[in-house]
Amino acid sequence: MSIEIQQLHKCFGAFVALDHVDLTIPPGQLVALLGPSGCGKTTLLRIIAGLETADRGRVLFDGEDATRRHVRERGVGFVFQHYALFQHMTVFENIAFGLRVRPRAVRPPEAAIRAKVSALLDLVQMGWLANRYPSQLSGGQRQRIALARALAVEPQVLLLDEPFGALDTKVRKELRRWLRRLHDELHITSVFVTHDQEEALEVADRIVVMNHGRIEQIGSPQEVYDAPATPFVYQFLGNINLFHSRVHAGWARVGGLRVRVPEYGDTEHAPAMAYVRPHDIDLLREPEDGDTTLTATISRVSLLGSLVRLELIQSPDGEIAEVEMTRERYAADPLQIGDLVFVKPRQVRVFLHDNPKAAIPAYQWSGDGDGI
Amino acid sequence: MSDSAPRDPVSAATTEPRFVRVALVTVALTFLTLFLFVPLAAVFYEALRKGIGVYLAAIADPYALAAIRLTLLSVVFAVPLNMAFGVTAAWAIAKFEFRGKSVLITLIDLPFAVSPVIAGMIYVLLFGAQGWLGPWLGAHDIKIIFAVPGIVLATVFVTVPFIARELIPLMQAQGTDEEEAALVLGADGWLTFWRITLPNIRWGLLYGVVLCTARAMGEFGAVSVVSGHIRGLTNTLPLHVEILYNEYQFAAAFACASLLTFLALVMLAFKALIERRALRQRRSALAMETSS
Repeated sequence: MSIEIQQLHKCFGAFVALDHVDLTIPPGQLVALLGPSGCGKTTLLRIIAGLETADRGRVLFDGEDATRRHVRERGVGFVFQHYALFQHMTVFENIAFGLRVRPRAVRPPEAAIRAKVSALLDLVQMGWLANRYPSQLSGGQRQRIALARALAVEPQVLLLDEPFGALDTKVRKELRRWLRRLHDELHITSVFVTHDQEEALEVADRIVVMNHGRIEQIGSPQEVYDAPATPFVYQFLGNINLFHSRVHAGWARVGGLRVRVPEYGDTEHAPAMAYVRPHDIDLLREPEDGDTTLTATISRVSLLGSLVRLELIQSPDGEIAEVEMTRERYAADPLQIGDLVFVKPRQVRVFLHDNPKAAIPAYQWSGDGDGI
Repeated sequence: MSDSAPRDPVSAATTEPRFVRVALVTVALTFLTLFLFVPLAAVFYEALRKGIGVYLAAIADPYALAAIRLTLLSVVFAVPLNMAFGVTAAWAIAKFEFRGKSVLITLIDLPFAVSPVIAGMIYVLLFGAQGWLGPWLGAHDIKIIFAVPGIVLATVFVTVPFIARELIPLMQAQGTDEEEAALVLGADGWLTFWRITLPNIRWGLLYGVVLCTARAMGEFGAVSVVSGHIRGLTNTLPLHVEILYNEYQFAAAFACASLLTFLALVMLAFKALIERRALRQRRSALAMETSS
């Protein structure tokens, strides 16, 4: 089932949670709503579910207006951040609940309910826990049961509100891989809310990046990571280095570095910010010809598992930048604290101060970038 | 789940030297003995002083039996009424935002703040022969003051806060997640209430019912004002005790008093039992949220 959001607007008092949002979710996709807390992602999810009503705008399911449809009749499955399992019921009864509360005429017979619940317990690999109570389960187990309960009513749409937010890192990683596999088996149109960019990048088919009640960018994980449409998306997805810059006639100047920015060909003497990811930087021992490098001194070296992170102090203004490289590459030329280096960004993205929404592809640095 | 075990509130940092602890415990125990235990024992001692025959006769007295019946009748009305009101009010306050919410919370506490005598007076002022509705009630031959309905009304008024007060914090703490989950799964509001909300609040509700019952049986002030003290008709057990006492029938007075005391003790035992269950439930609910 496809979901279409048209001009959805929602306020809580003076706070604008959703600011005229438009969004189309094609059938069968797993979509992540990604953003910081308070960006409106959970509100959007709850309005799709029917747990919240919008002030203005429409929600369409398969082209049919579902804005006024009651949450009961929307045919959605909802998974809550804190599981919301029925504490006084066993795992089995929790999953069976959606079937048992159906009107008598459409309620499956007891044997069918039992078969269905057993099948779902197998699907989430929890058959041996059928007679336990929620308080006797671990967080990861509870969330699987919550998912099985949501699937019991055979929803057309599955909505998950920060489903792994309350779990520790290891369980979270396991569960999101499992969710991805489950989605590949079932192909239910699914929307999940998260503030964890890694989670969104790993699990989702498409990512909707939200901020201040608006959608900043919609795209595949690769698109939003490699070609962020706005400074916000750039900052929210992954680490960045920020450099003050000035743009004039198609060129951006960052300290001693000049970057060609053809999209700003008509811009004259405008202040701008240059964005560079820590792993998009080469460090050279010798300066290159032309204005392609910045000068800096290594101020700190940290080993982070498979990566090495170097902290640099730029000369002459003393701003701090971060560079990440693989251990192997670092081992080939182990830079030490105090070493003078020449910083050559492989990929720079420049956003003008007064035009933060410029959605133009990043300038690709030519040369010997071997990537990480 | 092992980390959900209740932590001992007494830690090395918060404990006191031995003599301070002993002194505090001694003061508390002495106070309890003097002001609670001795009078309690005295009630039963006085009741049985003239022998078991006099005791039984006092309770089997037709007026005493009528008083017991009336007391139970007011409990039978007051408790279910306050259950319905308490659950409704707690539901509204805990699960919805609306104008006048704080006013409602304050109003629920009113019977705690106001002297029961004043509660009785309000009803006399409203329904009494000289009251606002008195002439109309008189014309239609409806008797409220100096009759059973007045006693029930006064009892209901005095016991309003018990159940609502118990449920509001409980329901607020539980939030609306489970109800929302039930709605998404297709349950209607009625079903959600019976299958989800009620089971979740059952121990709190029962606790409120016990407190409400105990208070309804023991209420004196408000009932005294509206009752008119008609023997065999409008005397509740506490009023009956007072009359017997004023007539110097001490043994009989204490016999009836011991009956009330006994009922109160039974309710206390219930309360302790329920408290333990409710605490366990709250702990497991807390563990649900914290452990993951």
